[in-house]
Amino acid sequence: MNRAAVLGTGQTEHRTRRTDVSMAGLCREAIDRALADAGTDWSDVDAVVLGKAPDLFEGVMMPELFLADALGATGRPLLRVHTAGSVGGSTAIVASQLVQAGVHRRVLAVAFEKQSESNAMWALSIQPPFTMPVGAGAGGYFAPHIRSYIRRSGAPPHVGAMVAVKDRRNGALNPYAHLRQPDITLESVNASPMLWDPIRYDETCPSSDGACAIVIGDEAAAEASDRQVAWIHATAMRTEPTYFAGKDHVNPRAGYEASRALWRAAGIIDPLEQIDAAEIYVPFSWFEPMWLENLGFAAPGEGWKLTEAGETGIDGALPVNPSGGVMCSNPIGASGLLRFAEAAMQVMGRAGEHQVEGARTALGHAYGGGSQFFAMWVVGTAPV
Amino acid sequence: MEIGFDYTRSLGPVLSRFMTALAERRILGCRGSDGRVHAPPLEYDPVTYAPLTELVEVGPAGTVVTWTWLDRPLDGQPLDRPFGWALIRLDGADTAMLHAVDAGTKDQMRTGMRVQVRWAPEPVGHIRDVACFEPIGGAAPASPRSGVDPVTMVTTPIHLRYRHTTSIEESRYLRGLAEGKLIGQRCPACGKVYVPPRGACPTCGVPTVDDVELPDRGTVTTFCVVNVPFPGQRIPPPYVVAYVLLDGADIPMQHLILGCRPDEVRMGMRVAAVWRPREQWGTTPQNIDHFQPSGEPDAPFDSYAQHL
Ligand SMILES: [Zn+2]
Repeated sequence: MNRAAVLGTGQTEHRTRRTDVSMAGLCREAIDRALADAGTDWSDVDAVVLGKAPDLFEGVMMPELFLADALGATGRPLLRVHTAGSVGGSTAIVASQLVQAGVHRRVLAVAFEKQSESNAMWALSIQPPFTMPVGAGAGGYFAPHIRSYIRRSGAPPHVGAMVAVKDRRNGALNPYAHLRQPDITLESVNASPMLWDPIRYDETCPSSDGACAIVIGDEAAAEASDRQVAWIHATAMRTEPTYFAGKDHVNPRAGYEASRALWRAAGIIDPLEQIDAAEIYVPFSWFEPMWLENLGFAAPGEGWKLTEAGETGIDGALPVNPSGGVMCSNPIGASGLLRFAEAAMQVMGRAGEHQVEGARTALGHAYGGGSQFFAMWVVGTAPV
Repeated sequence: MEIGFDYTRSLGPVLSRFMTALAERRILGCRGSDGRVHAPPLEYDPVTYAPLTELVEVGPAGTVVTWTWLDRPLDGQPLDRPFGWALIRLDGADTAMLHAVDAGTKDQMRTGMRVQVRWAPEPVGHIRDVACFEPIGGAAPASPRSGVDPVTMVTTPIHLRYRHTTSIEESRYLRGLAEGKLIGQRCPACGKVYVPPRGACPTCGVPTVDDVELPDRGTVTTFCVVNVPFPGQRIPPPYVVAYVLLDGADIPMQHLILGCRPDEVRMGMRVAAVWRPREQWGTTPQNIDHFQPSGEPDAPFDSYAQHL
C-alpha cells in the first residue's frame, strides 16, 4: 500500500442557517479553503469523493448530480459515499484508499449537510408501518442506550454535563464552531431543559449547516509540500446490522473491532499512551465515556473516570474533541469528515487556539446509522 | 403512506439574482469562462470551476432543440393537459433548458420551432414563475416589471406517496395483531426469537420459519422520556418510549408506557399491553394502545442485560 497524507483541510463557518449560500456555495467555501490550505489548485486534483447523509435532509435525490460543477468534478471521477452519520469519515477513507492504491495522486474529499433546508428530527422519525410511531429523532433513539450505559457503568449523573462544559468551552476556541460558549457551567447545563430524559438540551449537539473538505496526496505530493502534512497511519471501517438480538448499543461490536484493527494497523499498543489528541464523534455528551470504552482507551465501565478526572480536557492525558466536536457543530454529513480533518489539523500544527501542545499522533472517529457504521483513522506528523 | 416537507432553499448570490429576475418577468443566464451563456445560470464554471458572476438577460423567446410528447400529465407538472417536454435554447443563450411547451397537439411540435415564455399570473421569484412555453404567434409575453425585493429563499414542497408491500412475515405479524396475537419467529440456528419477525436471522443469515406466539407482557429494558416537540410527531409530548422485551422474545420492541407518571418508569419494570377496544382493531401495531405497569415485582437486571 502506498503512503498517503492529508495536505490541507478546509471547513465552513457552521451555523444553524447558512442562508447566505446555496448547497454548492457551502461546499465551495470548504473546498476553496482546503485547496488553499494544501497550497494547490484544481489542476492538481485527480478525483473527487463526496459524502452526504440521508437525502431526505435536503430533499434532493443524489445531490452529487447537480453539484458536479461546484465540486470541480467535471472531467474527473466523482464518487458519492453514504454511510449515514459516519459518512464524513467513510468519505475520507475512500479518498485515502484511492491514493494508497496508487489510482490517483491527489484526491479531494468533501462532505456537507444543509440541515436548515428541512428538519432532521422529522427526517429521522419516519417509521415503517409495522412499528409503533414512537420515534423521536436521534435523541429519542440514543437516549435509552445512554440510560443503559449509566446503569451498566454506574457513572455519576454529572459526567454528561462535564463533557458538555468541556466541549462547549473548547468550541469557544474554534472560530468555525457553531456553538461557542466560554461561560457555560455545570450548573447551567443541569438547568437546561430535559429533552429526551436522560439527555438535556445542553448535552445535545446542535443542528448545523456546514461543510468540510480535505486534500489527500501521495508520498510525492506530501514531500513536495512545504508545510507539515498529516500522514495517514491507518484506517478502519466496520459495519453491523442496525438492530439484532444481542446488539450491544453501549459497546457495539463493529466499533470495537474497527478500533482494534485500527490500532493494530497503526502499530499502537496502548492508545491512551500513544494517541495525543482524539476527535471522537460525540453527538450527545454521554457518548464520550461510551466511546472511550468502545475504542479501548478505557476498560468497559471505566470510560467516565477519564472524563471525570479531567483527562479528556485539552491539557489532559487524552484531549478529546479539542475543536468542540459534534457537540459544537453538527452538519451531519460533514461531522465525520470534520473529526478526521481536525485530527489532521492537530498533527499538522494548524489547529490554532485549540491546538494540543506537541500533538504527533491523532485519532479521527465517526459513527452512524444507530451505531451501525464505524469509520476511523490515525494520522501522524511522521510517515510510518 | 405519505411523507412530505416544505423544503426551504437558500439560493446564494447567483440563483438569488436568477429568482429575483423571474419575479420581474426576466430570465437571466450567466456567461462562462469560454464565453458560452448558460441558461438557467450555473453557480460555478464547468471548465475552470471558478465562481460565475456575469449574469446576462436571455429570452423571452427561444428555439426548441429537441422534444418529446406527454399524453397524460402527472400531478405537479407544469400543465394538466397533454404537452411537449422540450429542450429550449433561449435567445442569447448557448445551452438549453427543459420546460413544457403548450402546443395543443403533438403535430404542432417540431424541432426548431420558435417558442416564448408564458409567465405565471403573479410571479413571486420561483422557478414556477415560468408557467410554460408556447408557440410564438399569439400575444407577446407579459412585460417585465421592476421594484421587486431581492429573493434569497424559495420553498419547494416535496411529497412522496408510496405503498409499503409487506413481506410474508410482516403480513403474518400484522394479521396476528388483528386477532389480538403477537407472532414472532425463532431462528433455527441461534434459537433467538424475533418480534416482529423478519423472515431471516440478521446474525445467522438463515431463514426463520418457526412461528412463536408471544404473551402481551414483558419487561422495560430501557427507555427515555420524550419532552421535545417536532414536526410530524404523532404523539404529544411528554411521553415515555420504552424498549419492552416481551417474555420469550430476544429483542425488545419500542412502545409507549402509560398508566403511571413518567418518573415512575424504570429499567426492569414489568408491563402489560393495553389493547384498544376490539372493534377498533386493524392490521396494525397500534391495536396495542400502550403498555402499563403490571404490578409484578421488577425483573432483575441480569434477566434482560443481554437484551438492552
Ligand atoms: Zn440466528
